[in-house]
Amino acid sequence: MADAPTTPVTPRANDVDPAVDARTGEIRQETMIINMGPQHPSTHGVLRLLLELDGETVLKCTPIIGYLHTGIEKNTEYRTWMQGVTFVTRADYLSPFFNELGYCLAVERLLGIEAPPRAQVIRVLMNELNRISSHLVWLATGGLELGAVSVMLYGFREREVLLDIFEEVTGLRMNHAYIRIGGVIMDLPDEGLRKIERFLEDMPKRIDDYERLLDENPIWLERNVGVGVLSAEKALALGVTGPVLRAAGVATDVRKDAPYCGYETYDFEVPVSHDADAYARYRLRLVEMRESMKIVRQCLERLREPGPVMIEDPKVAWPAKLSVGADGIGNDPAYVTHIMEESMEALIHHFKMVTEGVEVPAGEVYQAVESPRGELGFYVVSNGEHRPYRVKIRDPSFVNLQAIPTMVEGFLVADAIAAIASIDPVMGGVDR
Amino acid sequence: MKPAELAERVAIQCPDTLVARGEVTTIVERDDLLETLAWLRHDEALALGFCSSVTATDWPGSDPRLWVVYELLSIEHHHRLRVKVGLPESDAHVPTVTTMFPTADWHERETHDFYGIVFDGHPDPRPLLLPDGWEGFPLLKTEELGGVNTRYHGAFIPPVDTRTTT
Repeated sequence: MADAPTTPVTPRANDVDPAVDARTGEIRQETMIINMGPQHPSTHGVLRLLLELDGETVLKCTPIIGYLHTGIEKNTEYRTWMQGVTFVTRADYLSPFFNELGYCLAVERLLGIEAPPRAQVIRVLMNELNRISSHLVWLATGGLELGAVSVMLYGFREREVLLDIFEEVTGLRMNHAYIRIGGVIMDLPDEGLRKIERFLEDMPKRIDDYERLLDENPIWLERNVGVGVLSAEKALALGVTGPVLRAAGVATDVRKDAPYCGYETYDFEVPVSHDADAYARYRLRLVEMRESMKIVRQCLERLREPGPVMIEDPKVAWPAKLSVGADGIGNDPAYVTHIMEESMEALIHHFKMVTEGVEVPAGEVYQAVESPRGELGFYVVSNGEHRPYRVKIRDPSFVNLQAIPTMVEGFLVADAIAAIASIDPVMGGVDR
Repeated sequence: MKPAELAERVAIQCPDTLVARGEVTTIVERDDLLETLAWLRHDEALALGFCSSVTATDWPGSDPRLWVVYELLSIEHHHRLRVKVGLPESDAHVPTVTTMFPTADWHERETHDFYGIVFDGHPDPRPLLLPDGWEGFPLLKTEELGGVNTRYHGAFIPPVDTRTTT
């Protein structure tokens, strides 16, 4: 052991080598345990990672979740089937239309009904727009975490346009409860359609911009290529789906494998890559945005045909009618007059449907849809009553997050940030 | 594979198999679970090698009270199978499937949090979603929604039927 200094020394920053123990002069051997999150700008909400570090290398990573658990599944058991939509839409808050669609398709299968064709097209349309908006948030937040601040601004700017469209169509920017059992709550307004068309004109140029900014950007490449690698074998064992699995070369997409809402009739490609790293996932998501726009264009073409957007069976369809007034979307005055002043039967029917709702035959179904993050599954059980008996949300973020230790252990802390961003977890969906 | 063909094939080893709403469900005994899953995975025509989800349902007053539900998927053939295991209330244990499906890790931890089912042999059986020290298993039907103290400034969430909603 070195002799103790006789006079006090004030060390300056450069004099202290953090790798050397000042007391013994030996290289430090112990590892460090740090908490990343739950409040950390790069953990996508309230994810907490317990990292064991050796210098800058991650030895062990333990994700800790549950900070956003809101009991959505339990809550649905205490509400009518229709109210369930407003709960599940809040699970993964960046892909509300997917949650609504998965739940409604499951309930419709229990009821043995199918939404009218126009409603199916609108559902596909809103889902694909939602896929783009979700990927934009991923691009924006992921870019920000790696220091690409302009990408963050661009991503949120374009997403704002989409949120405007959602607001125009559904009345709400998020948590829309727009897709309902038996169809959608109201038809698309003309202004909404115009906004979508304008968006389709602008967006391809914007994606070109992102590609020009990032594709060959040396910093972007340095931070993403070869980072967060997850082979197809490991991904499948860990249950990973969506872009992360497709980036590892497995061409699975629920829209192709088990089509719903007529996806088999749309012309689109499912991009696949074999590099299995963060950069491959980035490229793949940009291509997916273009493919989604292709589907949206086909939807607009099909929407020229008018038709009902809600099933006609009065035992299932939501009775209230909405209309757009000077102050926005609200109850249709003509319908209110009808039930309040003209028809007692209509009022009773309205009251029964709203308070008691649909009765769903006993049974169970598992309905999967392809959300921006992978397979979003709804396991819905009915015991023949007016409320769900069990709603289990198989959220892709929840499952994909399990792959984090495999992706980051043995690599640098900085790579962990890029790897997590490339999974695109949304804690609302993880914790439910 | 079409649901009917799939059911026929699965029924070779699991006679309690049925098709409903285009989905195939098979019910197996707890002691046969691991063996059955291994067969479903390795049989070439079935190739159910992907576990989408593990969860449970609770049916108080009936026997078995708890059902553990496994959703299997074949990545090659794009068909799905649901495997269900019934557990009596007094002995809610089931062997873990994490050795076969590492993805079941968090699903099983969540199911334990919610229903109290013990997955024997689970490598890391800590609570996952619920706050530390949470008592009870909230998704059991015998648990009320609400009626609990929260940690935030001593707030109390009243049970559903005593809330004013207007």
